[in-house]
Amino acid sequence: MDSNLGYAGGAPKARLPLLQRIGTQRVVRFLFGSAATISTLVIVLMLVFLGIYAFPAIRFNGLGILTQSVWNIGDQYGSGHVVRAGITAMQGAQFGGLVFVFGTVVTAFVAMLFAVPLSLLVAVALVYRVPPRLRPLVNAVVELMAGVPSVVYGLWGIVVLVPFIGQRLGPWTTEHLGFLPFLGGPAGSGNGLLASSVLLSLMAMPFMVATIRDVILAQEKSIFEASMALGSTSWQAVTKAVMPSVTNGIFAAVLVALGRALGETMAVLMVCGGAVGIFAQNIFQSVNTIAAVIVSQLESALTDPTGLAQKSLAELALMLFVITLFVNIVARLILHGADRSGEA
Amino acid sequence: MRATTLRNRVSGQFWWAASVVALLLVIAVLVAIFGFVISRGLPALKPSVLFTVTSGTSGGLANAIAGTFLLVICGVVLVTLIGIGTALWMVEFANPSQRRLVRFAIDVLAGVPSIVVGYFLYVALVESLGWGFSLLAGAISLTIIMLPFVVRAADLALSGVPRALRDGAIALGARPATVTFSIAIPWAIPGILTGLLVATGIGLGETAPLIYTAGWSNFMPSLAPTHSPVGYLTYVVWTFISMPFSDSHALAYAAAALLMILIFTLNLVSRTAVDYWVLRTRGG
Repeated sequence: MDSNLGYAGGAPKARLPLLQRIGTQRVVRFLFGSAATISTLVIVLMLVFLGIYAFPAIRFNGLGILTQSVWNIGDQYGSGHVVRAGITAMQGAQFGGLVFVFGTVVTAFVAMLFAVPLSLLVAVALVYRVPPRLRPLVNAVVELMAGVPSVVYGLWGIVVLVPFIGQRLGPWTTEHLGFLPFLGGPAGSGNGLLASSVLLSLMAMPFMVATIRDVILAQEKSIFEASMALGSTSWQAVTKAVMPSVTNGIFAAVLVALGRALGETMAVLMVCGGAVGIFAQNIFQSVNTIAAVIVSQLESALTDPTGLAQKSLAELALMLFVITLFVNIVARLILHGADRSGEA
Repeated sequence: MRATTLRNRVSGQFWWAASVVALLLVIAVLVAIFGFVISRGLPALKPSVLFTVTSGTSGGLANAIAGTFLLVICGVVLVTLIGIGTALWMVEFANPSQRRLVRFAIDVLAGVPSIVVGYFLYVALVESLGWGFSLLAGAISLTIIMLPFVVRAADLALSGVPRALRDGAIALGARPATVTFSIAIPWAIPGILTGLLVATGIGLGETAPLIYTAGWSNFMPSLAPTHSPVGYLTYVVWTFISMPFSDSHALAYAAAALLMILIFTLNLVSRTAVDYWVLRTRGG
């Protein structure tokens, strides 16, 4: 590396005279240090703030938030109140989040069922089958796909995907393949589990493809070549030699993608059908997720004079936060383990 | 491993074909989405749409365009200060365990669902501090979303400053602050800039954290930091497509096309201009 000092320009000795007198280093260190604490501070504040705010709801709902499926902010026009655990709510109020937790987990899980095998195939094709000249172009396409806003995926979902599922795929499948599990019964409007999961998998793929491509490229080429030299076919070399050496990286990528799918809001909100109080019986029916319900229910929650509906949404947000936090920490632990084994 | 049998060869060829088909499929879907948005959006993007404000569910996008730019610019300014400050502290001052802690925090922050950030800020800023739906609350939500992208890029770029360059400057008698500001930062600027451009693209496309922080407004944004809601383009895409009027659909398509064009351009700039700059300044 040629140490090209020229562009550093004139030495800025005169630039910070005052600072230098009171100790530039200390001031700079303090400023940068305060910037660096912000990320940690935001996380702690988020947990504490949501926790304190949601506390009355946590006490009122108890375990019901995870076991009940009825979400009802109560009778706004009656004068009755219920008091539970010392917390006042409107008559008939019940905040069960099971439908939303179910939807969150199932949409993300089905999305991963589509996205993980496809991403593995695409990443392998990218590394071994795309001619070097085309590689930057394909990489740019993958990167661009990662930058598409979720509302644009949602727009395409509403206008193209949902009618396709509702008018063609759903009716055809339930009629001809209805004997299979999760494929029978009414096909619904197209808004639902399948549409949400297809969008989630499309949104998860660019990240997974890019990450898996990078971990494969970071592995030594020698693994592939050694396996070939031992007489395996190129596909065997990839699946039996290269892939096992990068399992940790792939797992971590899948977990990070899963965390994002669990928390994705807009695209899912636009095509999930907004189920409240009902569970989908097949992959075509309406679902709802924690993230989507926070957006779609907040307006009505604001009409609750006791504020408990709003606080129950905060409890759901806190739950979503904890779930994604857990998934991301596991991903990090796996990656960390991979790093250490790489050093050894 | 056993010698290759005919069966292995055939199945290998099958899977290679499948992988290429998967790649083509993914590219086809992207092209389809892109084509769909542009083909519906461009005809709707008339000049009048760019210069009139929304009225009810029709009119134009001037308020949303101005609002998006205002929110993103404020967010980028904040994230530049905080993000680069964080990365500089990590690289120049922190000891390894502090660095690990901040990297961990950044990873966690990157994984927080954007709606959780939005709801937290709604409770904290909009309600508790009484700011109402506002520019500042919206910009702060974007800052939190963009921060991990900027810190990671700046961390990577600053860590890549050649040791020899730093040592050389120190040997010539430069103070630590001089090394930071005149050696490390100029060297890392292309990487930092790429991170900022990527983050800007993310900010342009965000919706969930803005719904309950920036709110929505049919009017041009006032420059008041609080108590004045701000409109933005992604809101138009989200809400106007669900309305039963063709006018509002046209606006949704126009907003989506505009977003895609902006993000595509940013992507292109960050790929080409920054590479060109690196070549120029480092004499590749």
